Amino acid sequence: MNSDSGNLWREQVMAIMRLEIKKNFLARRGLWIYLLALAPVLLFAGHSFERLRHGRVCDLGQDNLIFATVFQFFFLRLAVFFGCVGVFMNLFRGEMLEKSLHYYLLTPVRREVLLAGKYLSGVVTTVVIFGTSAALSLAGLYWHIHPQVVRQYLLEGGGLEHVAAYLGITALACIGYGGVFLLMSFLFNNPMIPAAIVLVWEGLNPFLPAALKKISVIFYLQSLCPLEAPLRSKWAFLAINANATPPYLAVPGLLLVTLAGLYLAARKVRKLEINYGAE
Amino acid sequence: MSNKDRQITFENVSKFYGEVLGVNRVNLTIPPGITSLVGPNGSGKTTLMNLMTGLLCPTQGTIRVLGVPPDQPEALFRFLGYCTQYDSFPRGITGYQFVHSYLRLHGKTDSEARDLTQHALERVRLTDAADRKVAGYSKGMRQRIKLAQAISHWPLVLVLDEPLNGLDPLVRAETIALFRSLAEEGVHVIISSHILHEVDAISDQVILLSSGYVVAEGQIHGVRTEVEEHPMQILIRCERPGRLASRIFEQSSVVEARVHADGKGLLVRTRDPDEFYLALNRLVLDGVDLESVAPADDDVHSVYQYLIGPDGGSI
Repeated sequence: MNSDSGNLWREQVMAIMRLEIKKNFLARRGLWIYLLALAPVLLFAGHSFERLRHGRVCDLGQDNLIFATVFQFFFLRLAVFFGCVGVFMNLFRGEMLEKSLHYYLLTPVRREVLLAGKYLSGVVTTVVIFGTSAALSLAGLYWHIHPQVVRQYLLEGGGLEHVAAYLGITALACIGYGGVFLLMSFLFNNPMIPAAIVLVWEGLNPFLPAALKKISVIFYLQSLCPLEAPLRSKWAFLAINANATPPYLAVPGLLLVTLAGLYLAARKVRKLEINYGAE
Repeated sequence: MSNKDRQITFENVSKFYGEVLGVNRVNLTIPPGITSLVGPNGSGKTTLMNLMTGLLCPTQGTIRVLGVPPDQPEALFRFLGYCTQYDSFPRGITGYQFVHSYLRLHGKTDSEARDLTQHALERVRLTDAADRKVAGYSKGMRQRIKLAQAISHWPLVLVLDEPLNGLDPLVRAETIALFRSLAEEGVHVIISSHILHEVDAISDQVILLSSGYVVAEGQIHGVRTEVEEHPMQILIRCERPGRLASRIFEQSSVVEARVHADGKGLLVRTRDPDEFYLALNRLVLDGVDLESVAPADDDVHSVYQYLIGPDGGSI
C-alpha cells in the first residue's frame, strides 16, 4: 500500500462514516436501541431514588457490586449485545432491504474499504450510545451518595479506574460484537437467528473447553471486569470465569476475535451481489 | 492503449441465479457510441448491465470494460457511471447531497465535489430542486437525479437502465440530446429500453436479447440484412404503382409487390435488396418515374418483431 492509496482509503472511510453515522443515529428502526440503552440508566436512577426516599444509609461497596452484576448480566449480555445486533446487522442488510446499497458499490471504493467505513461508523454509534448509557448509569448509581464520598471514592478509592474500566469494556464489547454481527449479516437474512445462536454460544461459554471459550466475546469482557458479580442463585455459573485471562491477553484476544470476524466479512463483501429481488 | 482497451467485451459469459438462467454464453464487443440493449422483460438486459458493473458476478466467462474487470471497483468506477433502474434512495437525502456525498467517495475534495455536483445538476436541469429531499421528487426528477449522479464524474462509459422511464416528452428529448452529445465526445453510452422508436432514433448499434441469449448485435441495418427468413420490405412512392409492379416482378428476388392503401406507392418484399436496388436504377434510366424509395422494415421495431416476436417470446 503506497501513501497515495492510504490517503485515498482514509478519505473514503471518512466519507462513508459521515454518511453512515448520521443514518445510524437517526434511523427510525433503531429507536429500540436507545430504549435499551436507557433501561440501565432508569434502573440505577430508580435505585438511588428509592434509597433517598427511604433515607437508607448508602453502602458504596454494595452498590458497586449491584452495578457489577447488572453490567455483566444485563448491560453486556443483553443491552450492548442486542444493540450491536440492531446496528451492525443492518449496516449492509438494512440498505439491501431499502434497495440503496448499490450506490456504494458503484463508486471507486474497494469493497474492503466500504466494510471498514461501515464497521467504524457502527463502532462510533454503539460506543457513543452505550458509553453514554454506562456513564449515566454510574451517575445514577452514585446520585444518592454524598458528593464528598463519591469524590473520595473516585480519586482515592480506585473508583476512577473502575469507571474507566467499565467504559473501556463497553467500547470493547461494541468492537467485538460489532465484528461478530457484521459477519453474521452476510450469512443470515433474518437477524434473530444469528442473535439467538451467538446468545446461546456466549451463554454456554462457562461449560466450553478452554480452547473454545476463547472464540467468544463475553469471555474476554468478563475477564476485564473490575469486580466479580456476586451471584448466588442458579445463574451463578454465568458469573464464574474459571479461565479468567489477564487484561494484557484479554484485550488482544478480543481484538483477534474481532479481526477474524472482519476478515471473513471482507471475504464475503468481495463477492457481494446486488439481488434485491431475493431479499 | 490497445483496441481491446477501448471496448467492452464479454467472453462466453453466463449468469445463473440458482437454476434460473440470467444470460447464457454471451460473446459481445461493444465499441464507443450509443448501444441499445433491446428485449422483453426478463430477457437479460439488466443482468448484462449488472454484470458489466460488478453488481453481479458471472457464473462463468470474462468481462472487461476498457480493459478493466468489473471486480475492481476502485479502478472501474473512475471511468464508469451507472444509472440503475432501482427507484430507491438513501433516506432523508436531498438531490444535492445525493450527488455530492457519493462524489466524496471518489476522493474528491469538498470544493471539487461541489463544482462537479453543480455541473451535473445543470446538465440534467435540476438545480432549482437540488435542495429538496429526493423523497419528494416526481418520478421524472428521481430519474434525472440518478442520471446526474451517474454523469457527475465525467465517465467514459455510461450505463443506463431504462433511463427515459417517467420523463415527460420535453425532458425526454433533452435527455436524448444529452446522450447524443456524450456519445459524440467519445463516451460509450449503453442504454436499455423497450421504447423501440426511441432506440431506433438514438442508437449507433443494438443488441437484441431474448430469454438470456443474444439474438443479434450490430448496426441495425446489418442486423436486418441478416434476417433472411423475412424478405426486406421496400416502399416505393410513385404515380402508377400497378404498372411498376408488373415491371418489378421480372426480378427473381421479388417475392411480393403490393399496391399501397393510398394507391400512390408500392410495397415490395425482396430477398436480395442490393440486386433489387440495381434493377430499380435500370428502371429509372428506362424512364420509370419514382418519387422516393425507402426501406420499410429496416428499423429496430421490425427486427425485434422478426427475431423476438410480437409477444416478446423467443424466435
